[in-house]
Parts: sequence; C-alpha cells; structure tokens
Amino acid sequence: MIRFAVQTHPVIKLADIHKVYHTGEVDVHAVRGISLEVFPGEFVALMGASGSGKSTLMNMIGALDRPSGGNYLLDGIDVSTLDRDALADVRNEKIGFVFQGFNLLSRTSALENTEMPMLYNRHRIQSHEQRERALHALNLVGLGDRADHHPNQLSGGQQQRVAIARALVNRPTLLLADEPTGNLDTQTSIEIMGVFQKLNDQGITIVMVTHELDVARFTKRMVILRDGKIVTDELVRERLSAEEESNRLKQAQLAVKLA
Amino acid sequence: MRSLLTMLGIIIGVGAVIGSVSLTSGATKQVEDQVSSLGESVITVFSGNFTSGAMRGGWGSAPTLTVADALAIAGLKNVVAVSPEVRDRAQVLANGLNWNTQVMGESPDYPQIRNWGIASGVMLSDQDVRSLAKSAVIGKTVADQLFPNENPVGQTIRIRNLPFLIVGVLAPKGFNLFGQDQDDTVVVPYTSHMHRITTRTFVSDILVEAANDKVIDSVQKDITDLLLVRHRSKEQDFTVRNQLELMQAVTATSRAMSFLLAGVAAVSLVVGGIGIMNIMLVSVTERTREIGIRMAVGARAADILVQFLIEAVTLSAIGGSIGIVGGVGFSKIVAYIKDMPTVTPVTWIAIAFISSAIIGVISGFYPAWKASKLDPIDALRYE
Repeated sequence: MIRFAVQTHPVIKLADIHKVYHTGEVDVHAVRGISLEVFPGEFVALMGASGSGKSTLMNMIGALDRPSGGNYLLDGIDVSTLDRDALADVRNEKIGFVFQGFNLLSRTSALENTEMPMLYNRHRIQSHEQRERALHALNLVGLGDRADHHPNQLSGGQQQRVAIARALVNRPTLLLADEPTGNLDTQTSIEIMGVFQKLNDQGITIVMVTHELDVARFTKRMVILRDGKIVTDELVRERLSAEEESNRLKQAQLAVKLA
Repeated sequence: MRSLLTMLGIIIGVGAVIGSVSLTSGATKQVEDQVSSLGESVITVFSGNFTSGAMRGGWGSAPTLTVADALAIAGLKNVVAVSPEVRDRAQVLANGLNWNTQVMGESPDYPQIRNWGIASGVMLSDQDVRSLAKSAVIGKTVADQLFPNENPVGQTIRIRNLPFLIVGVLAPKGFNLFGQDQDDTVVVPYTSHMHRITTRTFVSDILVEAANDKVIDSVQKDITDLLLVRHRSKEQDFTVRNQLELMQAVTATSRAMSFLLAGVAAVSLVVGGIGIMNIMLVSVTERTREIGIRMAVGARAADILVQFLIEAVTLSAIGGSIGIVGGVGFSKIVAYIKDMPTVTPVTWIAIAFISSAIIGVISGFYPAWKASKLDPIDALRYE
C-alpha cells in the first residue's frame, strides 16, 4: 500500500472484496479479495488483461454491481448493502461515468445530453439552473460553443468531451472512466487525457480503467490486476503531460510533412 | 413513420368510434327532432280493427271513432287541443295545373298539435268548422306545384270539383320518419271534409295534445276509459298511442346500432393496443443501451418505467386525437354526401380520448416494466 500525506477519508475504500458469478454449473470467481483505497485528488489507472477482473471491479466501484463478499465504502457510504434504488441515487450523486463508446443519446443535443443526469437528481433542479450547470460543464471540456450540436455532428473526441461534461454535471466525488480513449486515435486520445489531467489538477478524483500502458502513463498511480487480485500498485514514474505529448506529436507530424 | 403505423390501430379504432357515434347520434337527433315536430305530448287515437268472420283487418279498418268522441275527449282534464282527423287522397286543381295530394280534414287546433306554423295567411277558424266553410290551408309542396310563381293566399283551389278558398300556407316541415313529404297536403275543416268532399260519419283518427309530457300516461288512460264507456263495447275497438312510445322505439334501434359499432371499434382499439405494446417492446430492445446509460447516471427503475409509460401513453393519446379529428371529419364528409345531420357528443370525445390513454397505459406497462427491470451492466454492454 502506498501511504499519502493527505489525511482525509478515502473516496474509495475496498476491503477484501470478492465477486462470484454463478453462470450455469461453474462459479466464476472474478474478483478474489481486493483491498484498495483511493484518496481525494488521485488519478488512478486500473489495468489488467481481459479476464483480470478489472471490469467487474469497476462495476462495483461504480455502484452498478454489488460485491459478493467484503466491504466497500464510497465517500463513507457502505455501498455493499444498498438496494437498487439507493445504488441508483449513489451513482447519480457520487459518480460520473465516462464510457469507451461515449454512450450519448443520439437524438438529443450536447446540452441535453449533459443535462440528462440532473433529471434523475433526487432534489429537483430548476431548469434554468440545469442549463447553466450543463453549459458550465461543457465549457470546462472546451465545448461551450457546440452545446446545440447533436452527437452525429461531433467528432469522436468531441463526443467524448460531451460525455465527460455529462459525468461532471452532478459534481460527483469520483469520475469513473472505462477505456475512455479506446475508440479514439492517438492524437485525440492525448487530447482527452489532457482534459482528464486538467480536471484532476482542479481536484477531481479520477479512476480510469485501461489496458494501454501509454494511456496509463498520463495518470498518477497504476493498479494492475491479474486473476482477480492486485499484483502491482505503484505511483507513475516519468508521468506524461498531455500538453507536451500533444506538442511533440504535432512536431513529429510537421517533420513528416516537411520531409 | 413507424410511430404513425403504431398509432394506426388506435387512430382507426377511435376514428371508428367517433365516426359511428356521430352518425348514429345524428340520426337519433334527426328522429327526435321529427318526433318533437309531431308534437311531443301528442296522443293519437286510432279506430279499431275490422273483423269479419275469421278475417281481421288492421288498425283503422273499422270505423268506430266519431266527432262526438273527439268533442268528449276535449272535455277531459289536461287535454289542451283536439283534432278529429279525416284523410283522403284527391286530385286538386288550380291555376290550370293539377296535383294528387293528401286532403286532410282537421280542426283549427291542428297547427298547435303538430307544432306547425303558418307561413302566410291564417289558419282555419272555429267558424269555418261550424259553417262547413270551403276554406283550405295548403302545404308548401302543394303551393309550389300549383302556384309556382305567385302567392296562393286568396286564390281558389278545386278539390273534387268543389272550389275552396286558400286562406293560408303552412310553413315547410320536410319529410317525416317514414319518408313522406309532410308538406304535400291540403288541410280543410273536418266538417267540410266529412260532408262536402266525402260523405263520412266516422273519423280516421283523433289527435289529442296533453298539457305536458308528464301527464301523457294519465290522459291516455282517461281517453281509454272514456271511449270504452262511450262505445259500450267489451272489447277495445280503438287504439291509443303517443309519440313518446314511437320515439323510444326508434331511438332504441339506433342505440342498438351504436352499441354494435362501438363493439367493433372496441375490438379495433384492443388491436391498436397490441400494436403499441409490440412496438414498445421493440423499442425497449432497441434502446437497451440508452436505458443502461440512464441507469448508470442514476435513473431509478421507476424513472425508466415512467419514461416508457409516458411514451406509450403519448403515442396512443396522439393516435386517439388524430382518430377523433378523423372520425369527426369522416362523419362530416358522410353528412355532406348523404345529407344527414351528425352530432359528435363531447362525452364521446372525452371517452375516446381517455380510453386511448388507458390503452396506452395498459399496453405500455409490460414493455416499460421489462425496461425498468434491466440490469444496468448488461444494458450498457448491449450491442
């Protein structure tokens, strides 16, 4: 375990988490005793090959699924005992999801997509406030001028930015990203990682699932899983800055053009 | 496009209900108007049936009613007007033209009983009855046929070669329930009819107007009792009928008709509901991913349920509205082509709209429930 100087309570506190799937006759033990703490302001990459249990772990961290055994405290709330509706409320208030496939609603504008999580807020938010908050979130990801565009009018990178804005709009304690750059080219990936780095600099806690080491090097901490257990948990050395990488890539492209 | 096809069942169902109800209630209204144009509290006394050996004639075949009977009835309580009626068809001549029409012998009360106005001139008077006057009031059709371009009042009309002075023209009344042109008539004093045009001692029937429709039954009974005594017969040799009975018979028919049509329409609505359920099930499958996203960002099962229910209700309510408009339009077109009156009762519009919304709820519930029970992880992964 890595100890941090910051003495606040952890955003994520997993204690000996197990998950067993009963499929047919065979029980699949996807997660076998994981303990993990993530503190505010961290930027964690959750890595592992397919079948390592990282998706299962992410589903549990994201309150989409409950562990079969062990305890999970999210921002101090014991998620492992909540029912379906309470889990939905936790997802709404505490977690912002960013998916690999963007998962925007195609028939609604960027602004409406961003407003969507607020529809399910337990405390009713006035429509003008919804609009303001959605616009603010879109500005944060640099898409304030495209609020009325529909997803099919936006590039992949822009769609993912809308998804990030949507994840941020309910002011979650945790941003959970599942392979956010999986569908994007290198340059756009770097841009998106830049957005995440900027948000993290502003104090937002991010947990990102990825299997690409290149992408993980933009984060601060790498947790590697294998066969449902944590095998490595270390700080990222030689952390990449999205800004520098982007500049380097542009220069390389320029060089290719000149040559 | 697909939503339109989905709604089609509801549109047709509601359209059929509204259209058929409009037409049948229009027909009912027409009947009611005609019946009330005859006078709502009118009682008709027909003479009895003629029996010769084993052969029995129909009502009115045996002359049993007399003018004296009519005068006796006029003395009863709650009777406001009486007209002994004598009917005959005759060739009438005027102005070098001739026309075969119904010649009626009536009392001056006739327009009041029949709710019939005088368009020009005056009605026959009691004096005309007493003096067997050769005065006549003619209907619109007769006036049009014999006096195409002039005012008939003051002119002479010949009935069976007897000259009658036209004192008035009746207001147009149109066709009655049985399709007869009520304006094709000439009305003369019943005394003149019985002694000058024909030689009769009995009247065809007696028209009686009761004070209001509440006392009809008691007046009807009084007439029956009176005539039984007057005729000194063991068997009732006359029949007493009122307009309400007639109206009830006719409206019962049209009500049965509208129930039949409503039944057909209800089947169509059920089919429409199945269509909506089907399309909603497809929609839930197609939008599994959307449901997953919504659940991931915090939608509860109830939120998803409500969303899909609202969609189903919206679909069927829009379908219902289009159906209402279509049904009203259809009935108007039929009304225009067939020259029939239509009435679209507001209650039926409300019933149609509410039932289409209820069908939306019923048919949308299962798909919506299915959507709400999806697991967010599976839904998100769904391709």
